[in-house]
Amino acid sequence: MSSIGKSDQAVPFADLTDTAASAEPYRIPPIPFMRKARPYLILAPALLLTIGILIPFFISIYYSLTNYSFKYKDYSFVGLHNWVKMLTDPSFWHSLWVTAQYAVFSTGFEMLLGIGIALILNQDGWLARALRMVLIFPLMIAPVIATLIWQLMTNNSVGVIAYALRSIGIDNFIWGADPKTAMFSVVLIDVWVNTPFVIILVLAGLRSLPKAPFESAMVDGGSAWFTFKTLTLPMIKPLLLIALLFRSMVSLQEFSIIFALTRGGPGDTLMSLPLTAYNEAFTFKELGTALPYMLILWVIIYIMSYYLIRYWSRAQKNASGN
Amino acid sequence: MKKRYAGKSIILLVVTALLVFLAACSSGKSANPGNSSNSPAANSPAASPSGSQTASAGSAFDWKKYSGQEIEVMLNQHPYAEAIIARLPQFEELTGIKVKYSITPEENYFDKLTTALNARNGNPDVFMTGSYQLWEYAPAEYTQELDSFLKDPSKTDSGYDVNDIFKGILDGDRWDLVPGHPVGTGSLWALPLGFETNVLVYNKRALDSIGAQPPKTFDELIEIGEKLNGWNGEGSYGVAVRGTRSWATIHPGYMTAFSMSGAKDFEVKDGKLVSKLDSPEAIEITKKFAELVKRAGPKDWTNYTWYQASSDLGAGKAAIAFDADIFAIFQGSKGASKEAGNLGTAPPPIVKEGQPVGANEWIWSIAMNKSSKKQDAAWLFMQYFTGKEHTLWGATQASVFNPIRSSVWENPDFIKRISEFPGYEATFKAVIGNTGIKFTPQPEFFNTTTEWAAALQDIVTGQSDADSRMKKLAKDINELVSRIRAQ
Repeated sequence: MSSIGKSDQAVPFADLTDTAASAEPYRIPPIPFMRKARPYLILAPALLLTIGILIPFFISIYYSLTNYSFKYKDYSFVGLHNWVKMLTDPSFWHSLWVTAQYAVFSTGFEMLLGIGIALILNQDGWLARALRMVLIFPLMIAPVIATLIWQLMTNNSVGVIAYALRSIGIDNFIWGADPKTAMFSVVLIDVWVNTPFVIILVLAGLRSLPKAPFESAMVDGGSAWFTFKTLTLPMIKPLLLIALLFRSMVSLQEFSIIFALTRGGPGDTLMSLPLTAYNEAFTFKELGTALPYMLILWVIIYIMSYYLIRYWSRAQKNASGN
Repeated sequence: MKKRYAGKSIILLVVTALLVFLAACSSGKSANPGNSSNSPAANSPAASPSGSQTASAGSAFDWKKYSGQEIEVMLNQHPYAEAIIARLPQFEELTGIKVKYSITPEENYFDKLTTALNARNGNPDVFMTGSYQLWEYAPAEYTQELDSFLKDPSKTDSGYDVNDIFKGILDGDRWDLVPGHPVGTGSLWALPLGFETNVLVYNKRALDSIGAQPPKTFDELIEIGEKLNGWNGEGSYGVAVRGTRSWATIHPGYMTAFSMSGAKDFEVKDGKLVSKLDSPEAIEITKKFAELVKRAGPKDWTNYTWYQASSDLGAGKAAIAFDADIFAIFQGSKGASKEAGNLGTAPPPIVKEGQPVGANEWIWSIAMNKSSKKQDAAWLFMQYFTGKEHTLWGATQASVFNPIRSSVWENPDFIKRISEFPGYEATFKAVIGNTGIKFTPQPEFFNTTTEWAAALQDIVTGQSDADSRMKKLAKDINELVSRIRAQ
């Protein structure tokens, strides 16, 4: 008699490997449908949002290749005509220069001020705690409202800042109304509104740093600058890059502050790419010629953020010691 | 356990679908949806606006013909809009038509309106507009022509009396869609609500302080304006004029002076528009206007809109405003501003000797959306709020200045009211004969006047001299108008 298929009773737990008892092959139970679908359901809102953003994006690329205008009922395909017209228009290069200036100045000052103020606020004292609350107030104000506040304060007839300047003998400082000081005015408002964002990020980073390396540096007699340069800065670099990424992306697209203060004037002094696009679309009602300005801006921001994110990844690895 | 996971997943799916559905279905309806039942009612009872009784059975016209319908109206934030809202209950009671309205500040109004009209979905049914905007909207087929409604006795109340509306004002909303052809020809595209001429509104205290009379010539305006700098302490100055990088800077005082100098914005050559902004007259008046701003205007002039100029006058900062005549009403009415009671009105300064005094005008109107599915109900709304009763009520009980109907100007209550504003009636009579739209109608109006404002800013701020900048402007404008498409 064959012993195949029969367990050897002398072997402990032999019955568990009784092949006769387990003649049917073991099947993995089917995964329930909802469990399979769960990852997609969780991703669904983000996916829908992405599709929701991509649809108007591709439509705008299409319209940039047409002469779509709010002034006429019909439109036709014109190929790259709007793009060539934009790239050969000197005012486009002027707008690009204004946009770059605005982004560099506002982001630069915000980063420097933000880091400096965060270092000062990174103390344990009642003053630092109180200032932490007060200094984030501007961030709670919408940029347009902040611009109107500054416009009123600097108004030559009724403004409190204008009054203060006159009392120290400065009578002709007309802020956004003067081409020489218009850029300074809008950058100042932007810095006032958005530096708290940098402060919050950097302060959060500083508060989360380990104490041990700093204590060792202190024991070894390292100066404050040495400590900052060799310990603090490398460790908070990822956060600084995040702040830089966000601020530069937003400042390149800045519209509300410039529009509310001067509408791009005086003359063309502050006609940045977003302002020019707005003018083309809503004042001149030429959507086809407006869209290339915004799409070019999108390309610039995409390239810049791609490299910044790559650099940020490397900085993060270095900061975590990998 | 499995059932709990399944349940949670279903809930997640349903919530996601609901959010997407709500986001997709949220319409472009107004941020301030107004329902006329919330509006403060004016005191006067509802009555047929022409004074006639509701049409009896058998009569063609009937205010109640479209009772039960609902129309959407877009309004610009303005006293004319406030007057409409105040009397919506009367309109609803008379017609049975429900009105949903939205109000948007002027800075953003036309952006929102253009986007809404471009959707061509019938909303809004009626909207406030200026005459200049019709030069874009009519060729784009956003607006419905109105002559067919006016001529149809079954649609228009017999007491409407369109001839009572000042012809020059009504003609401002009439155009034949041919670029370069003046207003007053072709189809009627809107009905006027109220209009402004551009004159001098001055502070009597200010002029008395230097023993001066209202300036009669442009050169006098510059001289007197300069003397008035600091007339009321620090920050006060001579002459308020608008200065933002916008078409709205060109059309009031500047265009009034421009047209009185004999300059023109365009001429038509071989059927094409040719800019005349580089003509000697255009350059000369632009230089003078820049001089006015530099010597007597507000220091931050490039930030000045209608609101800043008007409020500076009322606050006693500006001695004179060269802008809309209705500044005298809005700032001069009892309790309206600090300087109420001190303001007077005078005709705009002439530029050339022997020239008739006149002004550029701005007309606020209401127009009908060509895509509206309730055009007849919309037409009832339009004729009610441009009819005799509402126009008289607006001029005597609200701030609808200037009223569009000659019968209102002869009404004793209105005459009594404007007698409170020194010089107002006399100035109006002095300028109305030579007041009209001084611009050449064309669909690139907002492009060309925005570039014009930018050029003016460059000249005033010293970025460029008037000769070269106006020549460059003319060249740029010729290029802009060359893209006008044939209809």
